[in-house]
Amino acid sequence: MILVLVEVDADGAVEVSRETITFARGLSHAGGGVPVDAVVVGDLPCAPEKLAEQLASYGVRDVHHATGEPFSAYGGASWASAVQSVRDATGAVVVTAAGTPRGMEVLAHVAARAGVAMAANVVSFDGLAPFTVRRQVVGGSVLEEMVLDERPAVFTVAGHAVEAEPAAAPGNGRLVGATPEVAEADLVARVVSSEPPAPDLSGDLTSAKVVVGAGRGAGSAEGFAELMELTELLDGALGVSRVVTSLGWRPHHEQIGQTGSRISPDLYVACGISGAIQHWAGCSSSKTILAINTDAEAPMVAKAHYAVIGDLHEVVPAINAEIRRRRG
Amino acid sequence: MTEALTGVLVCVKRVVDSSGEVVLAEDGQSVDGRYAGYTVSNHEECAVEIAVQAAAATGGTATVLTLGEPEAVEQLRSALAVGCTAATLVEADPSSYGPTDVAREIAAVVRDHEAAGRPHDLVLLGNDAADSGDFQVGIRLAYELGRPVVNGAAVVRLEDGQVVAEVAGPDGHETYRVPLPAVVTVLEGGVEPRYPTVPGRMKAKKVEIEQRTPTAEPTGPKRVRLLLPPPQPSQVEVLGKGADAAPAVVDLFERIGVLR
Repeated sequence: MILVLVEVDADGAVEVSRETITFARGLSHAGGGVPVDAVVVGDLPCAPEKLAEQLASYGVRDVHHATGEPFSAYGGASWASAVQSVRDATGAVVVTAAGTPRGMEVLAHVAARAGVAMAANVVSFDGLAPFTVRRQVVGGSVLEEMVLDERPAVFTVAGHAVEAEPAAAPGNGRLVGATPEVAEADLVARVVSSEPPAPDLSGDLTSAKVVVGAGRGAGSAEGFAELMELTELLDGALGVSRVVTSLGWRPHHEQIGQTGSRISPDLYVACGISGAIQHWAGCSSSKTILAINTDAEAPMVAKAHYAVIGDLHEVVPAINAEIRRRRG
Repeated sequence: MTEALTGVLVCVKRVVDSSGEVVLAEDGQSVDGRYAGYTVSNHEECAVEIAVQAAAATGGTATVLTLGEPEAVEQLRSALAVGCTAATLVEADPSSYGPTDVAREIAAVVRDHEAAGRPHDLVLLGNDAADSGDFQVGIRLAYELGRPVVNGAAVVRLEDGQVVAEVAGPDGHETYRVPLPAVVTVLEGGVEPRYPTVPGRMKAKKVEIEQRTPTAEPTGPKRVRLLLPPPQPSQVEVLGKGADAAPAVVDLFERIGVLR
């Protein structure tokens, strides 16, 4: 059995978790149809029955739901303990999750506890005997072939390595409750308080459908007004390149890139961004990229689907005016 | 409030600067850095800054550690130049060490230093190495040492013998409070790494670096080989130049359905 750790928001399983289930189904198919189960931990922000129904449409057999006081606050070790207990009870040969910060953290705990390797950011598998995966390294600019010859095989799936697709034949989606015990040592590092993020234009970078990005071409901390207007007109989120945060023009939490957020919008408007590897690592999963740049030879222009050659301070106000004009 | 002296250990990794074109070594086992130069990850630069601040706040010490080739002394000296006061090199070829091997070697240093009267109550690492991107050495180290671990903290401070770590989680700004000794992995963004001063560099040159050999043969990273994704030919469609392109851009927005 393949066990997928699923992350949940108010709408059900998040997209990257549904991608991971889709990836797991591909693996199941290659492996002769072994079942795919899901595990979710703690209080859910959506109805468990609704989640089970959604996961069934993705071909999931059983949805293991671990509940109880140990999971009242998030902790990497306690979450891993829940995953481990489901794994022990079911004999899963593969444990996987989306390559999100929590997916990485929980599975690293699972792998350390089981004494097996973990492959981070897998994009595909090459063979089953031995089980060989390809994963992103060096910020996604290099791929590594890695052998996972231990059981369970533990890996995370890179965001947008596959598209989330419901299964041709739905699974049972049976809800299986569990209240695993958690050792005291696994409860030491838990979240003791959390505050919702302050609402701002970058609030939902990783899940935004439209992202407006700005780089050195913004010119100064004062050079963002028209970019923010475009962000608002498109109901999107504002993101920036590393140079912008390094220069102190914008706060770090708006940074897109290898050491910032990884985005996957329907549209990324990259304004005045050269497109260094560090930045590309964070935006390469965008469905459509429009680059606005004075340099027609910039890597971002070469990699984009569409480009406008020009100064963002001339192009962006004209786009804003055109949107307003069409809206009357 | 007075804090107990805290011995901080910060772990860094010498990696090829990947801001330009990436070239692979002939054997496909590592990235060739002969032309690009070497650095440490942005996360680790912040971890070093946190280590120096934490040591200063408690009158403690900040020790920097790496597992690498002899040339990795350069990265140790950089950390010494910004305020670390001791450095350890575990001399080994890092490309033949997997995350489990590295965690075991760091743990061995922590135990040996502790036996010699130099405990490391707080061990800091980057969230992930810029090259191998394993996302797990800190967590494996915590299990080796039997300590709690907080992952991906941007802000780390010591309060009443505890580590307070702040993490940007999926539900917002999350705070952890963990007793020492502990392990914390650091994400860029919470502190501004300082630049080395000339006196700092001079001082760094004089520090004697502890040289060690690994305690065990590595089990390895389970790597078959590295490969570069095939270059994608540019398929960019230029919509126009300057402000005149605006109508074509908005047409595109309408076509892909992002304009409501």
